[in-house]
Amino acid sequence: MSESTGGIDMDEESSGTVKKFAFINRKAPYGTIYALESLEVVLISAAFDQDVSLVFMDDGVYQLKKGQGTKAVGMKNFSPTYRALEGYDIEKLYVEKESLESRGLTEEDLIVDVEVLTAEEMATLMDEQDVVMSF
Amino acid sequence: MLHIVNKSPSERNALDSCLRMAKKGSTILLIEDAVYAVTKGSTVESKMKAAMAKDIHVYALWPDLEARGMQDTVIDGIKQVDYPGFVDLVADNKNVQSWL
Repeated sequence: MSESTGGIDMDEESSGTVKKFAFINRKAPYGTIYALESLEVVLISAAFDQDVSLVFMDDGVYQLKKGQGTKAVGMKNFSPTYRALEGYDIEKLYVEKESLESRGLTEEDLIVDVEVLTAEEMATLMDEQDVVMSF
Repeated sequence: MLHIVNKSPSERNALDSCLRMAKKGSTILLIEDAVYAVTKGSTVESKMKAAMAKDIHVYALWPDLEARGMQDTVIDGIKQVDYPGFVDLVADNKNVQSWL
């Protein structure tokens, strides 16, 4: 691989290689641009037919909170996009249990179906990845 | 005086610093990501209740609460204000400290 392609091997001879990509989301949705930028990159990555996992931990779990309404603050409510990810074959969404609990949230508070993992299980999942992208 | 906090309590220590410096009778207004501090059942709840027990008035900006979907589990005693209410709080207080 000569060019920097974010770990995606673009060579002809090795086309068809599927790598495990994880996007780690650790920021709340509207106070910074991280969550929106991550979502953009995730949607682009869907075009590359890789094995994509989305991880939500720390304040990143707030990205999936149900009932977001941004009309009064004049910003785009991008939370419905998480429900569309399935249509892009991005179906592996993981939320850290400890992060949810310390914020007074449960799985029922989330806009999409996710798999809730303990910190230990999440550590294993991250360890298994070929490429980890941090937001 | 009025203390304004805009950072998430689980990412920065702005709220902790604010709570340490807020005195009896003062007012705290939570805006932007600081509104996550109002959530019932969170680890921040006890700190917010302790502040209110010390006669510190706590407000949250509801457009920011609503943007984040956090409007339904607000700790009892925390008042919600709109943008004109924000202006009133600034006008009614002698001075303002923003905890950035």
